Amino acid sequence: MIERSTPLRRLLTVEVPILAIIGFALAPYLWMVLTSIKPDADISAFPLRYLPSRVTFEHYFTLLAQTSFLGNLFNSLVVAVGAVAVGLAASVPAAYAFSRFRFKGRQVLMTQFLVINMFPVVLLIIPLFVLMRYLHLLDTYFGIIIGHSTFAIPFAVWMLTSYMNGIPRELDEAAMIDGASRLQTIRLVILPLLMPGVVTTAIYIFVTSWNEYLFAMMLSGDHVRTVTVALQLFVGEFTVQWGLLTAGGTLVAIPVTILFLIVQKRLVSGLTAGAVKA
Amino acid sequence: MNLPAAPTRRSLLPFAFLAPALAVEVAIICYPVLQTVWMSLHDFVLFRPNSVPFIAFGNFARAFMDPVFWLSLWNSVLWIVFIVLFQFLLGLGTALLLNRSFWWRGLARALVVIPWALPSVIIGLMWTWMYDYNLGVINDLLLRLHLIGAPIAWLARPDTTLPSIMLALVWQGFPFFAVTILAGLQTVSQEQLEAAEIDGANAFQRLRSVVLPAIAEVLATALLLRTIWVANSLDVILVMTGGGPGYASHTLPLYAFLKAYSSMEIGYGAALSLILTALLLFVVYAYVRRAARAEAAA
Repeated sequence: MIERSTPLRRLLTVEVPILAIIGFALAPYLWMVLTSIKPDADISAFPLRYLPSRVTFEHYFTLLAQTSFLGNLFNSLVVAVGAVAVGLAASVPAAYAFSRFRFKGRQVLMTQFLVINMFPVVLLIIPLFVLMRYLHLLDTYFGIIIGHSTFAIPFAVWMLTSYMNGIPRELDEAAMIDGASRLQTIRLVILPLLMPGVVTTAIYIFVTSWNEYLFAMMLSGDHVRTVTVALQLFVGEFTVQWGLLTAGGTLVAIPVTILFLIVQKRLVSGLTAGAVKA
Repeated sequence: MNLPAAPTRRSLLPFAFLAPALAVEVAIICYPVLQTVWMSLHDFVLFRPNSVPFIAFGNFARAFMDPVFWLSLWNSVLWIVFIVLFQFLLGLGTALLLNRSFWWRGLARALVVIPWALPSVIIGLMWTWMYDYNLGVINDLLLRLHLIGAPIAWLARPDTTLPSIMLALVWQGFPFFAVTILAGLQTVSQEQLEAAEIDGANAFQRLRSVVLPAIAEVLATALLLRTIWVANSLDVILVMTGGGPGYASHTLPLYAFLKAYSSMEIGYGAALSLILTALLLFVVYAYVRRAARAEAAA
């Protein structure tokens, strides 16, 4: 576009409005973090004290030392890592099939993965609860990991397929002509090139699992309660202790924020690819 | 594998690679969906597991007579229309601004996406805290600006509770539109924009006649996708109000969930979630057709 706007004009018509939008996007987050480092006296001060009179980490210490929160964080980590492992193990081969083979039913199956993604969670969660109870998988890591990875697989397959389509077929054909077996070709040629896509997909699955609430709530009991479920129980338990609650919220939000910012550009292009290419 | 593979083996090979993904999807998604259909045709109550009479469409007939169903459906309509509309408008504005060049654009683009990354429980927690009657920052700001005379119990009043939760959802989801539309804007032809400018079109005319038609496909797909997500989302409401006060913030998926989970009326809950699915089916169909066409073209 022809750039003729003066710096002042650009400041007023672009930078100030975008600053306001970013303020709106970050304000609730910042308010939560700010509350978590205020002493209790500041939190309940009236009229409100916007900035803390002194910065304190007492809420974090109380939360980690006196509640089950540390254990819940660990549970969420185990579940999310497990979901990444199971999700990748299932979706990388599936993406390979969709990218490298043209077979009968390919289009139907790819579409099927999209449709599955659109089902209301309520539709699945009721029978899954009954099924998991029947299989004695309630309140086990395995039950939640299987559920979380399954919810992430359809999108992971689509993302990985589009990454794999970006790797020229000539490369694997050359390797196979040179005598590499199919599995060797996948391991030595495709996977190294696919790594950025695998990392992005892994983070997508991790964040999806870490953030998930409904399924984890129905499936987890005291043993494998994840952090989102625990935090929601705390809301009922410590209604007035906003210092503790916001400290917990901050501890849950920070890992996903960091992960998301690391792969933000690639993840966004992966997630929006379907929309943009259409 | 060095030998030419037999034709049958070759045609089975892709399915071997697909098997793990298909197996879990069938077990965890397809089987439950079929079971939901079965449950919806029975009077299945969890605390009475040995008597599950077949009642055909009894659960569906019950929904039509149920005033809470109609209220939830109406709330769902408001929920979808207003959330998607405001997410879209805010996202479009953000994308148009981020498409201009300024020195901290990269940072702005990264920061604006953050709400989208957060778990629904945290979103519920943040906004419940901000809406707090005594210590909430929203009441405090509005009081300081003299926009209200007394604090408002945002989440406890039947008339403010649903709009309050909807604002939290708008906040969470507008970054999706922003980044999707921004990606679409990169494909708008610069020559056409310049030509329009030389022909004397002002910024608004260029937006309407050049930019929007060029990204119409992107907008349509993003709108469909978002409609489906917003229609299905219930966890933020569950976390913030649990559907209350009374039934004021009940939407259809939430009502289905509460019927199955809290009242243990699994058959009725299943029927309600199937009604939701049926209502969404044509949106899903429109989206899937677009996405499949794009994949075939790729």
